[in-house]
Amino acid sequence: MNESIPSAAAPVARLIQEFHKLPGIGPKSAQRLTYHLLRAPSDEARALAEAILELKERTVLCSRCQNITEADPCLICTAPGRDPSAICVVEEPLDILALERTGSYHGLYHVLHGAISPLNGVGPEELKIASLLSRLRSGGIGEVILATNPNLEGEATAMYLQRLIAPLGVRVTRLARGLPMGGDLEYADEVTLTRALEGRQEL
Amino acid sequence: MPHPRSYKTEAIILRHYKLGEADRIITLFTPYLGKLRAVAKGARRPKSKLAGHLELLTHCQVMLAQGRNLDIITQAQTIESYLPLREDLQRVGCGLYLAELVDGFTEEGVENQALFGLLHFGLGLMTTEAKTELAMRYFEQRLLQNLGYAPELYRCLGCQRSLEPGVNFFSASGGGVLCPTCADTEAVVRPLSLSALKVLRYMEREDWTAVRRLRWEPELARELERLMREYLSYRLEREVKVTSFLDQLRQAGFTR
Repeated sequence: MNESIPSAAAPVARLIQEFHKLPGIGPKSAQRLTYHLLRAPSDEARALAEAILELKERTVLCSRCQNITEADPCLICTAPGRDPSAICVVEEPLDILALERTGSYHGLYHVLHGAISPLNGVGPEELKIASLLSRLRSGGIGEVILATNPNLEGEATAMYLQRLIAPLGVRVTRLARGLPMGGDLEYADEVTLTRALEGRQEL
Repeated sequence: MPHPRSYKTEAIILRHYKLGEADRIITLFTPYLGKLRAVAKGARRPKSKLAGHLELLTHCQVMLAQGRNLDIITQAQTIESYLPLREDLQRVGCGLYLAELVDGFTEEGVENQALFGLLHFGLGLMTTEAKTELAMRYFEQRLLQNLGYAPELYRCLGCQRSLEPGVNFFSASGGGVLCPTCADTEAVVRPLSLSALKVLRYMEREDWTAVRRLRWEPELARELERLMREYLSYRLEREVKVTSFLDQLRQAGFTR
């Protein structure tokens, strides 16, 4: 963007620049969003600004499961109906949302905030693994379900965690990996098919 | 290099990055087109037909179509998935180490058939061989030879005399070895034991069927590892990231 001849009023240019910093927002989208807010009622702009401020000011990581929460411990860790003997380990907070939508899981969670990715310099020390081990050492946990993504990084993370946790005498399981619903056997890759065969169940 | 509108290539997947909501940028290493980056649209969706075939380190056949910036992967089919490598932490780490070296030392679009063959061979070693550390040192030697960076192992860099048995000194910046006299004048050198020099020479001239029979003490293995890390990071002008993961595996006692 040409800085020497300002083509828009300073506050407009500033907001365009801020939107442009967000991932997936190019210059045109940034301009569109800014001009939308200019035309919209003041309340809309204020609501957006306040929501953004609150996001950072009012969220913390749950001290037990590392999920993003307003209250510490989080709603899931403190919910009465949940099974405290099971911990489902996920990579990101959004994974919890996905699993909760199933309505099939009633245990607790632990968020690693990433996966082991050696090419990106993300090792076990960069993840929330120490806090997971502390939880396990405090006792009362009967099963750890490893629900990291079924890709190379997620698998490496699962293998690493399994080796760390097994000596503690806690049962470690891995989410079944195989064919997605709506998928095609014909297009599936060898690794997926091998695992799907290995994990076959009685009907 | 101009491509026809749609084209096919064999490839090994070196890296991937997220793009937008559901796409990935894939870094492919190919035998005839060198390194190239392409977009796998929808690869992050669960029903993606591409995703499984474009996993890191997969050896695959890929069809691409010309795109505005990056070309677009239209089809992908696994040739070799190296499944045993994926199920072992140490093997995965070593495989990623090879991928990072190839990615770091290559430019996009520069054909290097020999290097593709070497990477393919190296991934096979990491999948099946017990001596993965020896395999890494072997791969590094062949890689350096391919790139023209193989160190001079017989004559002193300084005085050109034949190296004597005993302790000499390795110079990363010089790309070779200095005799004790000449090493005095250099600031940054690393002592090089006679055993290490012998192993380097052996690996330079023998192929894997011979090298794989080598047996070495842990101290010698560590010396060669430190030496090669220093030399490679000098050539790359940065640290190799995967080494940090390999070290953490060793510290945790997870190297098999």
